[in-house]
Formats: sequence, C-alpha cells, structure tokens
Amino acid sequence: MSVLVYTESEEGKFKKTAFEVASYAKGVADMLGTDVTAVSFNAQSAGDLGKYGVSKLLKVNDSKLEKFNAKAYADAIKQAAEKEGSKVIVLSQSANAKYLAPLLAVQLEAGYASNVVTLPEGTEPLKVKRTAFTNKAFSFTTISTDVKIIGLSKNAFGLKENATETSEEDFSPSLSEGDFAINVVSVDKAADKVTIADAEIVVSGGRGMKGPENWGMLEELAETLGAATACSKPVSDMGWRPHSEHVGQTGKPVAANLYIAVGISGAIQHLAGVSASKTKVVINNDPEAPFFKAADYGVVGDAFEIVPKLTEKLKEFKANNA
Amino acid sequence: MKILVCISHVPDTTSKINFSEGDTKFDTAGVQFVINPNDEFGLTRAMWFKEKQGASVDVVNVGGAETEPTLRKALAIGADNAIRVNTPATDGIYVAKQIAKVAKDGGYDLIIAGRESIDYNGGMVPGMVAGLIDANFVNTCIGLEVEGNEATAIREIDGGKETLKTSLPLVVGAQKGIVQESDLRIPNMRGIMQARKKPLNVVEPVEAGTHSEAVKFEKPQPKGDIKLVDADNLDELVNLLHNEAKVI
Repeated sequence: MSVLVYTESEEGKFKKTAFEVASYAKGVADMLGTDVTAVSFNAQSAGDLGKYGVSKLLKVNDSKLEKFNAKAYADAIKQAAEKEGSKVIVLSQSANAKYLAPLLAVQLEAGYASNVVTLPEGTEPLKVKRTAFTNKAFSFTTISTDVKIIGLSKNAFGLKENATETSEEDFSPSLSEGDFAINVVSVDKAADKVTIADAEIVVSGGRGMKGPENWGMLEELAETLGAATACSKPVSDMGWRPHSEHVGQTGKPVAANLYIAVGISGAIQHLAGVSASKTKVVINNDPEAPFFKAADYGVVGDAFEIVPKLTEKLKEFKANNA
Repeated sequence: MKILVCISHVPDTTSKINFSEGDTKFDTAGVQFVINPNDEFGLTRAMWFKEKQGASVDVVNVGGAETEPTLRKALAIGADNAIRVNTPATDGIYVAKQIAKVAKDGGYDLIIAGRESIDYNGGMVPGMVAGLIDANFVNTCIGLEVEGNEATAIREIDGGKETLKTSLPLVVGAQKGIVQESDLRIPNMRGIMQARKKPLNVVEPVEAGTHSEAVKFEKPQPKGDIKLVDADNLDELVNLLHNEAKVI
C-alpha cells in the first residue's frame, strides 16, 4: 500500500527533484496512513532519501537501463508498484518523467494528473490542484481509478525534511525485448551548464538585447548567480539563441525561484510560461512594458548599463556572504 | 507512408482565460480557437514527408462540430483527409482511446501529436495512444527522419537532446523544433478553397471510460504591486532579493 515515488538520479546521484518528489510522497503517505517506497535506477545507495521520508528503496541495477529508456523504465516502475501494492505513484515533471508517465498510466490503467502543485485536497476521491492553460489558471482534478499517478511540478512543494530509516532492497524487474525497441544513438548535453529545468535562477533576455553579440553580459550575470540562461520567443525565432532556451507558452515553462527578465516586454504567452517562478525581476528601458505589471521588482533603464553593474554588485555580495 | 496527425482545438495563445458556471467550465465567449501550436509543428513536418518522400496525411480531432473550422484549417495547410470523432474531449485516456481506434482502423505508420495541448496541458495523449496500440513512442520530438521502416528522432531532454533510432509504427509527441517557426504555413486562398472539398468524415466514438475530471477552475491571485528600484541604486535590488525575497 506504500506510496511509490520514482526518484531520478544522474550518474548514480539523486537529483534535487528526487528529494522534492520524496518529500511530497511522504505528505501523501501521511494523508493515507502509509509509508513511502522509492524506486531508482542505477543509484548505489539511498543517500539522503531517508532525510525526506523514504522508508524503503527499491534499487534497480541493470546495465541495460544505464541510459534512460521510457518504456523499460515504465515497465519496471509498474512492476515495483504491483509488488508494493501501491495505489499512488508520484513522479517529477522532468522531460524523462513526463515521457514515461503516460506509458505507465496505460500499463496500470491508472489515472494521471500532470503539473500538480499542492498536496491533494482530499483522498476520497483523490483531488489535486494542477496548473492548466499554461499557468493562466489552476484546475482541480479528481482521479477516479484504483491506481493514481501524480506528476509534481518542479519547485511547487519544496523540500520537507522528515528523517526516516531507509531499508534498501535490490529489485530486478523482468523486462521484455519489446521494452528496448528504441535505442539511444547519442546524447548531446552540455556538462558544465545549468539547465533551465534544474535551475533555481534563470536569467532571460529579449529583443531589447539588440543582438546575439550582446549575450555575454547575461551569461556573466547568470554565471555569477549559478543561473541558467533563457530567452523570449522572438529571440529564438530570429536565431539569436537556440530554441532550447525559448521560454513561454510554446517554449519551456520556467518554475525558478528567481527569474530575471532583461529587455523582455512581457507578451501574454511569455508571462504565462514564467508565471510559476516565485520572484520575478524585470529590467527594461520602457516603463510601459507589460512585464512591469507581472514582476515583483523592476528597474527602468538601459540594460547595457544595468546588467554589468548588477553583476558587479552581486559579485561583491557573493564575496561578502561566501 | 500513412501519417495521422492529431489536432487539438485550443484557445489562441493570446486568449484571456475565464470560466463560467461557477468556475466549472471554460468560458469560450469571445475566444478565438486555433490548431494547438505543438500539433501545428507536427502537421508541418507531416507535410514535409508528403511533399519530399510521398506520404498521405490524415488529421483527426476528438470533439464536437464546433471544432470543424480547426480541422478545415489543417486541410487548408495540406492534409488530405480529416476525421472528427464526434464526442467531447473529456479526459486524456478517453481521447487517447478514440485516437487509438482511428489509428488502428487506418493502419497508420506514423502518428504525430503535439507533446501537449496548450489548454489543459495534460501531456499524456501521445504516450497513451502509443501504449494502447503498442507502437514505439518518442516524446518532446524536435527532429524526425523516416527511411523505409526505420525512424531517427531527436528528443529534447533537460539540458540538451538525444538522438534515437527506432522503427515504425511510431507515435511522436511533437513540439517546436520538429520544424522551425518560419516553416509554418499560412493557408493561401487556393488551399482554403480546396479544403472545402476535401473529405471530413465524422465517426462515432468507441465506448470508453474516463479516469479523471476537472471539477473546478481557479485563476491565479493577482500580482501585488511591483517595487521599482532606481538604476543607480542596485545595492537595494541585491538587498531586496537577499532579505525580502530570500532568493539569493
């Protein structure tokens, strides 16, 4: 009956979202009067999972599963859920988790709610609050199936410590040939760059940056803050920056702690895409830019003067607070 | 190659979102509906296959008669046939089961759907269709080539991309990148005229249950007033971010 949580790892280390989904699963388990079992692939030990309320870790160690494979991972998680008799499965909204969730839902005939932002409002029936209309609204959704899958939005719940003794168990699901009908040929990922999906802070530039040659100052600001860089739709459409950096309604959603928008006027689609970010700062020379109505802090002025100065101030701040 | 493109009928990205009937229904008054942008990227890639490699392209929508103008637009862009499954799109699994039926009956090699619709953002229909018909599935697809029975797809991952090899039948969850924004087509007069004569078949739904229900909606709290910081006083901004917002 345990709540099952899929805790993602990379190179054997749990990602921060793994601790967030574990914290959330513990909250759900408390509501249901049960405990939390985690399932992970190629993680060596439970590490900090116990700190966030995980009672048991099922460790899947299989060389065939070294690279993410949605179908095989879904199959393994399904078998873990059946073994534990889990009625609720919690996962993150990483690209990989979003990829496998619908496959898992079909296999378990489970109802799936994505982009969930709070603990369930009730358990009979299970009712969750999720974002819809690309953050322009929330939808309260009930799930009526026996087994339920909850996809938790990043940064929506945070980390909640709940020290628990974690037992570890090796788990070997039986996987079929059909689980491996898709093969990864190559992975292209900048190793030293903070990604928009993982970033706590995102520095984003718009048309006001005037051209790709001016991005250096945003990259320096981002580096100072340990932030990811992003951009508005026109910037990616003009080819100044890669599409993977486009945030907004048709690009990536951003749910960072801090979103700094430089030279972005704030089209409704952009504002919707970044609205899940906790604190928003806008820097723009046009005081009429719509972004000023959607941000927490604003600076009116020339970005080319403000950004380097802000970077200097932040460097001083970091030096004094190191 | 037989391609099926799933078309979701969604409010235009500039729409103001309101609810009616005690916040239980999306208020369509004054809302312009369009092809879901992620679906349109997929449809445009399908047109490329049709023109460069020879393929037939059908489009399908699950919805009432009010969605037909959106299907006609897909026909005007160049799809050959449209299918409308005559039932409201209630939840992800229900829609997926309707599309799975159409996909099986039509014997499609490639099924393209947007990775998510921009209204309910469920992000589950493409994967569920693949699961239901036991086809291969690539989500967040930003590049797709098909040669005979083999497909090479590029998938966006967090912080990068990966290249995958698989075979047909294949379902992809498409997004911007599978074609570029500049590749999108605005239907011309000839396309619009032709679309009027192209077949739009209405089929009745298969029996299927739902797994979830959106029972109520809520709009986000309006944002409080912004604090403006003088450009010559950036220490104050650093201070606010550290002591007030506590984000640095």
